[in-house]
Amino acid sequence: MQTQVLIIGAGVTGTGLARDLALRGVSCVVVEKRDINAGASGGNHGLLHSGARYIVSDPAAARECHRENRLLKSMAPHCIEQTGGIFVAVTGDDEKYAADFPERCRQCEIPVRTLDTDEVRQMEPALASELIAAFEVDDAAIDPFKLSLDNIAHARQQGCRLLRYSRVTGFDITNSRIRHTKVLDELTGQTRHIEAEVVVNAAGAWAGIIAELAGAQIRMHYSKGSLLVTQSRIARRVVNRLRMPTDGDILVPGGTVSILGTSSCRVDSPDKIYPEIPEIDAIIDEGSAMIPELATTRYIRAYCGVRPLPADNRGKDENADDRCVSRGYELIEHARQPEKIENLITITGGKLTTYRLMAEKTADRVCRRLGIQEPCRTRSEPLPDTVDARWTEPGLAPDTWLRKSNSDDVLLCECEMVPESIVTEIVEGIRGQDGRPDLKAIGLRSRIGKGPCQGTFCSQRLAAFLYDQGHLENREGIDELRAFLRERWRGQQPLLWNRSLARAELLEAMHCGLFSIEL
Amino acid sequence: MNNREVDITCDLMIIGTGMAGMAAALFAAERNIKTVQAGQAGQLGFASGLIDVLGVHPASGAQIVDNPWQGISRLRREQPDHPYARMEIPEIQTAVQAVLTFLEKSGYPHISHVEKNMHMITPAGTIKPTYALPHTMAKGPAARAEQKPCLLVDFKGFKGFSGRQITESLADSWPGLRPVRIGFPGTSGELYTERMARALEAPANRRKLVDAVLPLLGDAQIVAFPAVLGISRTLEVTDDLEAGLGVPVFEIPTMLPAATGLRLREKFEHQLRAMGIQPFFQHAVSDVAASADRGWIFTVENQAGCRRIAARAAILCSGRFFGQGLHADRGGIRETIFDLPVVQPTGRAAWHHKDLLHPEGHPVNQAGLAVDDSFRPVDNQGRAIRNDLFTAGSILAHQDWMRQKCGSGLAIATAYRAVNACRDFLALGQTPYL
Ligand SMILES: Cc1cc2nc3c(=O)[nH]c(=O)nc-3n(C[C@H](O)[C@H](O)[C@H](O)COP(=O)(O)OP(=O)(O)OC[C@H]3O[C@@H](n4cnc5c(N)ncnc54)[C@H](O)[C@@H]3O)c2cc1C
Ligand SMILES: Cc1cc2nc3c(=O)[nH]c(=O)nc-3n(C[C@H](O)[C@H](O)[C@H](O)COP(=O)(O)OP(=O)(O)OC[C@H]3O[C@@H](n4cnc5c(N)ncnc54)[C@H](O)[C@@H]3O)c2cc1C
Repeated sequence: MQTQVLIIGAGVTGTGLARDLALRGVSCVVVEKRDINAGASGGNHGLLHSGARYIVSDPAAARECHRENRLLKSMAPHCIEQTGGIFVAVTGDDEKYAADFPERCRQCEIPVRTLDTDEVRQMEPALASELIAAFEVDDAAIDPFKLSLDNIAHARQQGCRLLRYSRVTGFDITNSRIRHTKVLDELTGQTRHIEAEVVVNAAGAWAGIIAELAGAQIRMHYSKGSLLVTQSRIARRVVNRLRMPTDGDILVPGGTVSILGTSSCRVDSPDKIYPEIPEIDAIIDEGSAMIPELATTRYIRAYCGVRPLPADNRGKDENADDRCVSRGYELIEHARQPEKIENLITITGGKLTTYRLMAEKTADRVCRRLGIQEPCRTRSEPLPDTVDARWTEPGLAPDTWLRKSNSDDVLLCECEMVPESIVTEIVEGIRGQDGRPDLKAIGLRSRIGKGPCQGTFCSQRLAAFLYDQGHLENREGIDELRAFLRERWRGQQPLLWNRSLARAELLEAMHCGLFSIEL
Repeated sequence: MNNREVDITCDLMIIGTGMAGMAAALFAAERNIKTVQAGQAGQLGFASGLIDVLGVHPASGAQIVDNPWQGISRLRREQPDHPYARMEIPEIQTAVQAVLTFLEKSGYPHISHVEKNMHMITPAGTIKPTYALPHTMAKGPAARAEQKPCLLVDFKGFKGFSGRQITESLADSWPGLRPVRIGFPGTSGELYTERMARALEAPANRRKLVDAVLPLLGDAQIVAFPAVLGISRTLEVTDDLEAGLGVPVFEIPTMLPAATGLRLREKFEHQLRAMGIQPFFQHAVSDVAASADRGWIFTVENQAGCRRIAARAAILCSGRFFGQGLHADRGGIRETIFDLPVVQPTGRAAWHHKDLLHPEGHPVNQAGLAVDDSFRPVDNQGRAIRNDLFTAGSILAHQDWMRQKCGSGLAIATAYRAVNACRDFLALGQTPYL
């Protein structure tokens, strides 16, 4: 297989870069070891930062965030809910930090409005009563799945190819050039060799591992962050704790739910990470100081992601909080590094909020290497709203189903009301991308398995439906059930108390007690 | 407390209407104990309708047990804390047989091979070991063993049950399975197990079903259906279908909620009443007070109102988290009615493995009530807390019925021992305190 540019990693950076390049007429292939947003892009808070969180720790990043925040609101409005955001301090928080806040925002050109504490409690009744300061900023909620799916869909319309479940395992390098990239198909076990003029390493926290395969070194630390999804939405706006960034200090709304986070824990590897129970408890305890209801509300899912932190950027203090490390991105041309690889570029770090800028800067370098003069178009051309990403939106499937009210179109997922017709549409979409419509892929592209039943019922219904439609054969369904339920479990396991524990028991009673899928 | 008005006085209060509570009520009725039973049973407690005794041991080795009694004797040696280890094998056999006899007399006979587990097909296309099957399912395992050509009928609009899934998954072990999909007689759109099962109690619908299946029969020597062949008249439904089709039929369990659970619930509710149990089905026990001289006073309520029941002794069969006998918050697990001590892992971090299907099973599933040989809940010194309080079923600690495939058997056996111990207590007229 040949292409001008090979992009490694289909997170928001890789997919954003694919679109940027495709719009400049560059042919590209994206390889992803799992599926869209399998890394940090699927494990983040979904906050389109106003920048105000970084005014002290990283003013440059704060400015950058704010500019991109405004740009994305006009270029990708369908991926964004313009919730607005507030910063609040409760009794005991650093009063100086609060007092300096508006001035520092202004220094970073971030609009800010001072609120009195009665006003803010009227705006967000869930807030604690002991507030000492409050400000309004223009934070927003962004759906990273929709964003990446729409970016890749638009790129594909321009001829880009996406290979999912395709893991880069090595490079053939001669005379300081990558001749071939070795890509293992995780489903068939076959390796293919991809020939590209330029290779971009957009592997996020895995960028160091990829660089190593090419004999290059990027010193990185990994900082894991965990997040919790509430069963129902608790605040209309993004609510931030007004203090230096720490655990459990942001609540971001996302459609019908709210997401509480995050934490910051050093981990040794970006793989095999879990939201751990002590972390979850700390987040809940911190969050409830700001919003008391968070102590008792029901949580439906926990998840986590890893922030790649370029080690060289770190301050001198070895014990400094990783959140103080710059969230600015790293763009490395390996041609200029000791290893001197002519056609390898790494882009890592940064934020979801600044993904477009990162893609633009990377694409500029790629084009320079290719001798292409085309300017970036993602600043001015809106991101099309495609159907690929439609069904990830909470509430849309039920609306559509109720409106059509076709009783033959049975609901496969009753919690989130996803009927057969929508699954069929998603399956066709995946097939259209040479993909295999497995349970996890369908779950990623819809709300299936994300409701209170935790996947107990919809998993088997979906498996049965896929057999009926000829998408599953032999004993594949059992493996699919196991993989889907295991994946869902990762997010449930730390949150099992109260009714969630009862539901988990029902899940195990049916799938182990009766189906014996563990045997 | 004691002088508040009491509506009903009895010797034994059974809390719970799952398999353990129902078995306990049956044994109590057979022993002429004056019994009140309260619970909020849905049909879910009985779920698949398979009666497991011991299907897997050791669970961590995923070792399927061929002979459940040999399995139990090994389990008794290797897991001395397991509730089965407190009982003798003949006693467990007697208990299970008593329930099977009861079901037979109630018109819903079960089949078992006594020394051998049966291997039942599930809708996921897997095989599950179990001890006894309702007569409606009984012909399945033999047909599979003999590799008979079999027509597997499923229904349009009946989600979660795909003949194709089962056929494809079992292709290696039963190549003679052939799926067909037909419309369920007289309906369109989404189908629900209970409605389908009730519909087939009407002869006209059965005739329509036979008419739809006959032309598809081909070389099939047996026909499989999802478990919807009636609720209270399964014998009549299956006889009729077999006569119409000219070949035997059998059921494959469905997802939940299942008609099989409903059948068991109906049989128990109906027969226990006739046997003299005073039932408060669909009632919650909302309060309990202990008294030194009169045992217990329970408050039992539903939307209609509340009753106060004085009982000399009680058997707690309130299930686990799903049944609501146990409750967990972030800090720990407690027993919901008497606030009895619960054996549990220290700290929530130790409740579950990170892998759902971890071969060791989740430690929280072994949490529950520790008991003595009379199945009286004990404190952490191993001493019975009261003389007049017994417990049985899935609330017991040191077992994992989901992985060991011993749900119904454990519920029945422990209820048997608890009722016998309770009968002895009542006969002796002991005081509640030790
Ligand atoms: C807990 C947390 C909360 C966050 N919250 C926010 C927020 O609210 N707002 C915000 O703006 N930013 C937030 N961020 C940051 C943001 O999520 C990341 O900056 C962004 O998602 C990075 O995207 P990426 O595409 O560079 O990396 P990733 O999304 O990690 O993508 C890398 C991809 O490379 C793939 N890959 C790895 N190895 C290989 C290989 N060998 N072959 C093929 N593919 C491979 C991976 O599977 C992965 O899909 C948060 C981050 C974390 C961890
Ligand atoms: C999905 C599923 C699949 C199953 N599959 C099988 C199988 O294949 N084979 C098998 O042998 N068994 C199976 N079972 C059944 C199971 O093994 C046992 O029957 C069950 O676990 C034993 O239940 P129990 O009676 O101890 O508790 P439960 O069935 O949980 O019953 C508890 C009872 O206590 C009542 N209760 C609790 N608190 C109160 C209160 N305060 N007031 C009043 N009532 C109260 C509840 O309402 C309920 O009636 C399955 C069960 C389920 C849920």
